[in-house]
Amino acid sequence: MKILEINHIRKSFGALEVLNDISLSVEEGQVVSIIGPSGSGKSTLLRCATLLETMDGGDLIYLGKYAARDQDGKSVYASAKELKSIRSSFGLVFQNFNLFPHYSVLRNVSEAPTLIQKRPKEQVVAEARELLRKMGLSDKEDAYPYQLSGGQQQRVSIARALAMKPQILFFDEPTSALDPELTGEILRVIRDLAAEHMTMVIVTHEMSFARDVSDHVIFMDGGVIVEEGNPYNIINNPKQERTIQFLSRFN
Amino acid sequence: MTLTTMIQKMSEGLGNTLSIFFLTLLFSLPLGMIVALLRMCKVKPVRAATTAVISILRGTPLMLQLLAVTYGPFYLFGASVARNKLIPVVIAYSINYAAYFAEIYRAGIESMPVGQYEAAAVLGYGRAETFFRIILPQVIKRVVPPVTNEVITLVKDTSIAFAVAYQEMFTIGKQIANSQSSFTPFLIAGVFYFVFNALVAWIMARIEKKLDYYR
Repeated sequence: MKILEINHIRKSFGALEVLNDISLSVEEGQVVSIIGPSGSGKSTLLRCATLLETMDGGDLIYLGKYAARDQDGKSVYASAKELKSIRSSFGLVFQNFNLFPHYSVLRNVSEAPTLIQKRPKEQVVAEARELLRKMGLSDKEDAYPYQLSGGQQQRVSIARALAMKPQILFFDEPTSALDPELTGEILRVIRDLAAEHMTMVIVTHEMSFARDVSDHVIFMDGGVIVEEGNPYNIINNPKQERTIQFLSRFN
Repeated sequence: MTLTTMIQKMSEGLGNTLSIFFLTLLFSLPLGMIVALLRMCKVKPVRAATTAVISILRGTPLMLQLLAVTYGPFYLFGASVARNKLIPVVIAYSINYAAYFAEIYRAGIESMPVGQYEAAAVLGYGRAETFFRIILPQVIKRVVPPVTNEVITLVKDTSIAFAVAYQEMFTIGKQIANSQSSFTPFLIAGVFYFVFNALVAWIMARIEKKLDYYR
């Protein structure tokens, strides 16, 4: 089953074309990594997919439902009500966590499912505690974000996203704000999620991680997909000149 | 006139001084938020009009605004001047202070990282939910110190009500000073404002401390 389908996305900021005819689709249980230099458009692609940015042209489809449909080269978005229901099918983990600093860890994880999804509080809190346990944060539920390390904060934000029971989880450079030691603990969490067949799209600069954890790797540059395919082939044996050049620093 | 009599007479105006203070805060604190939101409105004319009003309110003396609110209706429409001066005093003060609070709130709201809005949006929070649950609580914490400044100024500004002969503490003190040719009432007033503000500063510090559970 296709969870996400993106067809021919175009996006410009003024005269600057950031995304130029990008298409991709993500099957249930698939892990897709997007790599590429800064300014290649990979974060913008993720922001368009998560409705934080509106695309100029192209389709955006979640589970067969159109969030945006291309009409004569322009993206026409669904109604606010439909978008709200589509939003609940995905989650996003930010580079700099964006936890709510005035909420305890438990409330960060449990408020949206109760407030937005209107699920019963006891059930949500029980699930939130279970998620925190999985993240190794059982003893932190009453802590506030400022009392946690970057790695712990990022694990809370992953738990916050998972508490909404998304069909697909996006990661926008989840380890870029962390030191190498903390990076390891986040990558481990994402690996565990992959082992549980969580559908994920990960924008990352961790090449060996992308190779090991993903089913599909996309290399982007200048707003286009330069090369994509099997992770091992892309990372260890790229064909395109630009990909070879970019990856030369890693291999 | 003995010192005790002076203090006694001036204390009779204390109730009126406190009325100005508390009523002004009661109206101007929420009104400031409305003004701040209008000031940041997406509709340009609304934003421009609000900016202009704020600049007039901050750019002219409170005393002038007080006189305008109290006697303006008489000069403009021949309406009788309000018997109870508390009403024009509180109206003028509330509007004036709302302008200052609005700019403080605006600074607080604009200092919020965009990531807070984005995190809320991705979780499905609507505009109102995002504002009241995520943004406003954090803004309140950020604006307590500058708001404290304004509240302390308000304590001292209550004395400006003497301009319309509203019988608050300072007005009575000034009348005694004139009739007795004495500076003592002003000293008494000075001590009063100082003690009042020490109390205000203490209360605001407590509030700041209470909001200190997160950063």
